[in-house]
Order: sequence, then C-alpha cells, then structure tokens
Amino acid sequence: MDELFQHFLNAIILGGTYALLGIGLTLIFGIMRVVNFTHGELYAFGAYCMYALVMIFHVNFFVALALAMAMGILMGAAIEMLLLNRLRGADIDTTMLVMIGAWIVMQNTEQFIWSGVALSINSPFPANPLVLGPLSVSWNRVYVFVIALALIGATYYLVNRTRLGKAMRATFQDRDTAALMGIRIDRIHTATFALGSGLAAAAGALLGPVFVVTPTMGDLAASKAFAIVILGGLGNITGATLGGFILAFVEELGAGYISSGYRDAMGFLLIILILLMRPTGLFAQKERIG
Amino acid sequence: MSASAETILSIEHVAVNFGGLVAISDMTFDVKRGEIVGLIGPNGAGKTTAFNVITGFQRQTSGEVLYRSHRLTGMKPHEIAKLGLVRTFQRTSVFKERSVFENVLTGLHCSGRSSLWDTLLQSRRERSSEHELADAANEILRFIGLERRAGEAAGILPYGEQRLIGVALALAVKPTMLLLDEPVSGMNHAETARFVKLLEKISASGVTILLVEHDMPMVMQVCNRIVVLNYGRIIAEGAPSEIQSNPEVIRAYLGQGKKRA
Amino acid sequence: MSRYLGWLLVAFLGSVPLWMQDFYFLHVLITTGIFIIAAMSLNLLLGYTGQLSLGHVAFFGIGAYTSALVSLGFQVHVLPDFTIGLAPKPAWFAMLAAVAVAGLTGYAIGKLSFRVRGAYFVIVSISFAEVVRLVAVNWVELTQGPMALNNIPALTLGSGPFELSFLRKPEFYLLVLAAAVVCYIVIARLVNSRAGRAMIALRENESLATSVGIDVTHYLVLATVVSAAIAGMAGALYAHYIRIVDPDIFLFIYTVTMVIMVITGGKGTLAGPIVGGALFGFVPEILRAMEIEPELQWVVYGVLMILVVYFLPRGIVPAIGGYFSGRKTAETADASSTAAETMQK
Repeated sequence: MDELFQHFLNAIILGGTYALLGIGLTLIFGIMRVVNFTHGELYAFGAYCMYALVMIFHVNFFVALALAMAMGILMGAAIEMLLLNRLRGADIDTTMLVMIGAWIVMQNTEQFIWSGVALSINSPFPANPLVLGPLSVSWNRVYVFVIALALIGATYYLVNRTRLGKAMRATFQDRDTAALMGIRIDRIHTATFALGSGLAAAAGALLGPVFVVTPTMGDLAASKAFAIVILGGLGNITGATLGGFILAFVEELGAGYISSGYRDAMGFLLIILILLMRPTGLFAQKERIG
Repeated sequence: MSASAETILSIEHVAVNFGGLVAISDMTFDVKRGEIVGLIGPNGAGKTTAFNVITGFQRQTSGEVLYRSHRLTGMKPHEIAKLGLVRTFQRTSVFKERSVFENVLTGLHCSGRSSLWDTLLQSRRERSSEHELADAANEILRFIGLERRAGEAAGILPYGEQRLIGVALALAVKPTMLLLDEPVSGMNHAETARFVKLLEKISASGVTILLVEHDMPMVMQVCNRIVVLNYGRIIAEGAPSEIQSNPEVIRAYLGQGKKRA
Repeated sequence: MSRYLGWLLVAFLGSVPLWMQDFYFLHVLITTGIFIIAAMSLNLLLGYTGQLSLGHVAFFGIGAYTSALVSLGFQVHVLPDFTIGLAPKPAWFAMLAAVAVAGLTGYAIGKLSFRVRGAYFVIVSISFAEVVRLVAVNWVELTQGPMALNNIPALTLGSGPFELSFLRKPEFYLLVLAAAVVCYIVIARLVNSRAGRAMIALRENESLATSVGIDVTHYLVLATVVSAAIAGMAGALYAHYIRIVDPDIFLFIYTVTMVIMVITGGKGTLAGPIVGGALFGFVPEILRAMEIEPELQWVVYGVLMILVVYFLPRGIVPAIGGYFSGRKTAETADASSTAAETMQK
C-alpha cells in the first residue's frame, strides 16, 4: 500500500513537469497547428543552458532557471522568425518537414558541442530526502513541482487574463478578423511559439538537475508532450495540464506494476488508443467541402 | 413532362444542427426523373449543407434521404456516387496538377475492369481496360467540347473551363442524377450561355439534374421547377414564373440585400 | 525513349562488378541500393498517395527481423509452459516470409491508422514505430534485444554443383540491383494504372476523389500494404547482407533518412527516390573522406532538407525536368489565372 502511495506521489511530482511540456506544445500544435518536432530539443536546450550556467559560469541555481527559460523563449522566437514565418501559407507537410530538419540540426549541434556524455548538474538542495511518514521525496523534486505549478499558473494568467493572451486566442480563432482589429499577426505567432518553447526549456531546466543531461533527452520528452496534447485536446491548456498528470500516473503505475522496460511505451500506446477511439481528427478534411 | 414521372430523389424532413447552430431546420422536397430542378435561396440558407448531406459528405441530425428507393443515411460518399448520384464542387472542381485528360480518366475510375494482379502483370485485360477508359475519356471530352485542351494541366485553364472539367468528371461516373453546386458562379455571359446548352444536352441524355445557383436569369431559363430554401426550410416550390412572383420569395431576397435581376 | 535509357542504365550498373574491384565501393553501392528500395517504397505512400507516414522504418525493421528469425529459427513462451517455435528455414523462404509479414503489418497498421488524418496520422505513425522498437528491445526471448540476432545465414539458392551463394559482395550487389529493378517495375506499373490514378487523386483532392466513387480507405490501405511489403523486402536484404540485426534498426532517424531521400529527390516521381537515395548514400562517404564528424554530417542533411523544402519544394528531379521542358506548370500559372478571375468579377 505504501508502495502505491509512493507511486502516486512520484506521479504527481512528475505530472507537474509533464504538464509544462504539454501546455507548451498545445499552444504550438494546438493553436498554431504546427507539428513542432523541435519541442523536445527546446527541452534539451533548457537543460543544457542550465548546465552551462550552473556548472561552467557558476550562476546562482535559481537565477539560472530564469535565464534558461528566457533563452528558451529567445530560441523559440528565432526559430519562428527564421523558419516558420515564410511558411505561413504552406501545407502542413511542408512545415513538418522543415521542423524535422530543424530538429536534426539542433540535436546534432548539441551532440557535437557537448558530446554524448551524460552530464549532471549540481543542485543546492540537501541530499537527504523529505520524509513524510512512509513516503519520501527528494527536495529537488519538491522544488521542481512547486515551480512547475507556478509556471502553469502564470501561463493560465497570461493566456486568459492579459491582452496578449486575448490577442493570441483571437488570432488563432479567426486570423483575418484579428488582423482587421489591429492585431499584429506576425508578432502573435512569434510570441506564441516563443512562449511554448520557453515552457519546454523551463521543463528541461527543472528536470536537468534531477536526472542527467544527454543530447537525446529531448526525443522522449517530445513524444510524451504529443501524447499529452492529444490526450488533453488540441489547444486546450486545462486538458494539457490534466493530461500531463494522467500520463505521469499511467507511466508510474505501469512501470511499477506491469513492466519498467515498457515504461516509455506507455505514452505511445496512449496516443494510439486515444486516436483510434476518437478518430475525428480536427484536420479530417484537407479541402473544405463546398 | 408527365405528372406520373417517378420520384428519383426524396428528401424527408432533413435537419442539420451542429452544437446549437441550426444549418437546416426542416427540409422536404422531391426531384422527379428527368427534371432540372433549381435550389435557390439567400446566402447562408443551407444550400451547400443540403448538398453535403444528400451526397454523404455530412451527416444529417435527423430526417431521411432516399435515392431510387435506397436509404442514403450512413452511406459513404463514394458509395453514393456509385449508385449514380454524383455531385460537383463549388470551389476546386478539378485536380489542378493533372492534365484535363488525366482528370477525366480519374473520373472514369468506377468503369475500370482490372484488378491489382492484372495491373502488376500487365495482363491483356489490363491493357484493354485502359484502352476502353482512354476512349471513354476522349468521348466525354468531345461531349463537353474540351477535346483541344486534353493535354494541358487543368489548373491553368480559365475558371469557366475548369467548371466544365468538373462536370466532365461527374459525367465520367455515369450518373443518373447530377448535383451541381453553383456551376456558373464566376462565369461571364458567354460561358454561362455555353453551359446552359451543355446542361440541356445532359438532360436530354436522360440525366436528372438538381442545381444550386445564384444566377437568377440562368436558373429561370434552364430549370423546370424551382425550390426555394430560406433559414433552413423550403419556403416555396413551383415553376419559374410562379416563384418569380411569389411574395415570400421576394421578401426573403430583399430582406437579405440586393436581388440580382 | 526513357524506357531504353532506363534499361541501358541497368545494364551499365549490372556491369559494375566486372570492372570495379574495390570491395568497399561495392559495399557502399549495396547499402545505397537497399536504401533506395526502401525510399522507393516510402515514395509510394508519401509521394504518390500523399500520406506523411513517419513510421516507415517499422516495416523495414519488421522485414529484417522476420527474415532473420525465420532463417535462424526461434522459440518463445507465449504462456508459462506453452511455446511457439519455428525450425530454421532457407534464406530465400525467410525473405519471402519477411515480405508477407511486412505487408500484413502494413495492412493492420493501415486499417487502424487511417481512421485519423493529417497531423494526427503523422503522430500515430511515429507512435506505432516506436512501440515496435520498444518491443524489439524488450522482448528479449524472441529478438535477443540489444544483444542482436547474429550469424544470420547468407542467401543461397539451389544445392550441390548448382548452388548459387550470395555471400560475396559482387553477387549480393547483383541481387540488390535485381531486387531494385523488380520493385521499380512494380511501382511504375502500379502508379500508371487505375489504382495509381486513384492514389494520386487522393493526394491531390480527397473530397473530389471521393465524389467520383474512389474508396479512399481502400486505396490508402493498398498503398500502405504494397509500400510495407517492399520496405520489408529491403529489410530482408539488409538482414542477409549485414547478417546482424539489432533494435537500433527501428530508430526514428532511419525513417527521417528515407524521408529526406524521397523529398530531396522528388516525391511523387519514379526517379526521385533513386536520385535522393544515391545522393544520401554517397554524401556520407564524401563527408567521411573529408573527415567531417558524423554529427556535423547530420547537420548538413538537416540544413539540406530545409533548403530543398524552401527552394526546390518539388525536389531535384522535377526541378531538372521543369528546367529542360520549360513548360508552364500549374503553380506558376495559378497566379495568372487567379488574376484573370478577379478581373472578370
């Protein structure tokens, strides 16, 4: 029974970061309709920034987190402006292919710079875990959970209560009307992509010190992010949040009670199951009827 | 046309709502074999939705569509096309990147006789079937009057001719009834006149026609009967002359803006 | 005309073992040839039918594993005390089994995956491939997991004095060439037929295709089955050439490689995957000769792919073809016809 609670606790903690990843992608995939293959790379980018800032430049751990997220935002903006901007009217296949190209370039650049060695980041937390009765959790993870929740809350606030958020929602609901209302469409696209990327980088910066940093860490993160977005519904931030926790639970319990080898398959199986049971994708018809 | 001509298409109390939005509230009308019927109504009245429902591209919320005593509910669009009920589209009516000839050849899909094995082994049946299809395609192009354009990419042709190709595609499926969605929209006077002649030729060959159109003179000229749709229901039915003087119809159009004379 | 050129090219390629003694070069030709077959198969699904399936490597890998397992023999426990097993079979039989199993998998995955479309379909296809990879890694009893299946027998036909063994590179090269020619012919016949027209129609405008009576799902699944079977054939060739198969064969990066080959070469053309495959078969060798790190090679590929998508969106072969014929394409004329339309209104 204790084991079950421990799994629950692990899942809740993990779910927070998964939610961050998912929210970031649902903004991009769900609202902008871009199949963002670089999402995982932004996650890795955030982790590598954290490593560089903390271990090489000896920046304060907490400041480094903010900086890593900021760099993620900038990187996202750069990708959007350089690559996606001119593809605005293109079909989804073309965009996907460009994003795949960008993913290859990013991951291999990272591999080239840092080599494949797993890197660890020192954190300022005590090594002894926090013990609550029969359960234990490391301080690091508690910190991760708290920050993740804070970021989720901040995103909610941004999207639902600020002018920028309103402009975002307007742009993706009806672009032409939004443009007529004076909204700068280009800027909104860049801002949305940058925000989504920033959240992914934050997730990477948070989890980097918990696990290790490797060049391929983004791949698994990306696939989980897609599972979460599909679970929660495209563009649905609340859904992505819930989805993040659900995936974490499925993984934890599946790995704990069924098989740990197939842990990473859980996300994929979830994607397959959901899509097959609810086949009406939003892109069901390429051409509008009539 | 005899009063006892059989009913070929029957739409019974069809309603279409999605999430609170009522596209069609209650639509009921018939089309008899050999008629040319016009479905008109102000913008947003539900005409294209009606077409989508009849041909299986959209599911109605309630009501029934019968075609030659087949219930069409739940059938896929390609199955309905195979029954002989074929539609055209208002926008992109052609395969733009393919030649006019290839377009019509694609439309002749259902007339092909060969199987996958015939194709892979290039059997005699495959070759003779392909010959037949090529001949049929040329025949259709001659009927439409586009045989000189056969080798050109469909997408570069003038808009009016693309519409003709769209009709050729539909004819290739060997329809017993054609549903034409705004076939002359964007056509000039001369093209429209040419199209009307084509329609009469098609009707004379035994194909029943239901068309949606905004071009009133054309509709009044070519249709035997007109059905008027407004706010998702039929408000009038009858011969062109009756419809033109029907006060409800006039109100429906005037209420919406300029009536095209 | 182009048909004669084609056979001339085949004859030339067939003569290579006579005058090319460098075994390393033959090795490059063989692996490139195998990848070209895989690229041709992906082109059928991606180029002609217009479905961005990013799980293609699954079929390649399933072909490789099936051929390996059938020729090595295997035994697995499906229940604690109930096993299913197969005694080793000759390699040629194993390869045919690989094609069949890959095709069947294509059927199953196709039937399931095409219930969703667009971006969702892409994600489902990737997910299927990843699940297959994880099964290959974890079902150690069957696949040996990361320890790989070793000592896969070479392909031999006949016996005694008439035995033909494809162990050495020159013979295997000719085998791959023959297989590539057969696959090319199969695909060429398919795309120029009624079924091919249906697939292309799907790609161009699905609603319009449906309206002329084309059963969309049927042709999507057909394209997937043929595509999967050919990819399985490529996988089987790989298994009996390299003679070691491990789960890394299922890595997403190999699907990406195939996609790059098809897109840069020219999707939806018969020559495209051949040009793309040759390009990405030889470029790594050139880059390696220039002593460029593997990671940077990949950076080059990524950049190349992005550039091709931007500047030669239809790929190299159509660009060359367009340059020589100078024909007004539908794209460039679109601009002039829409201008004419707006003037008319």
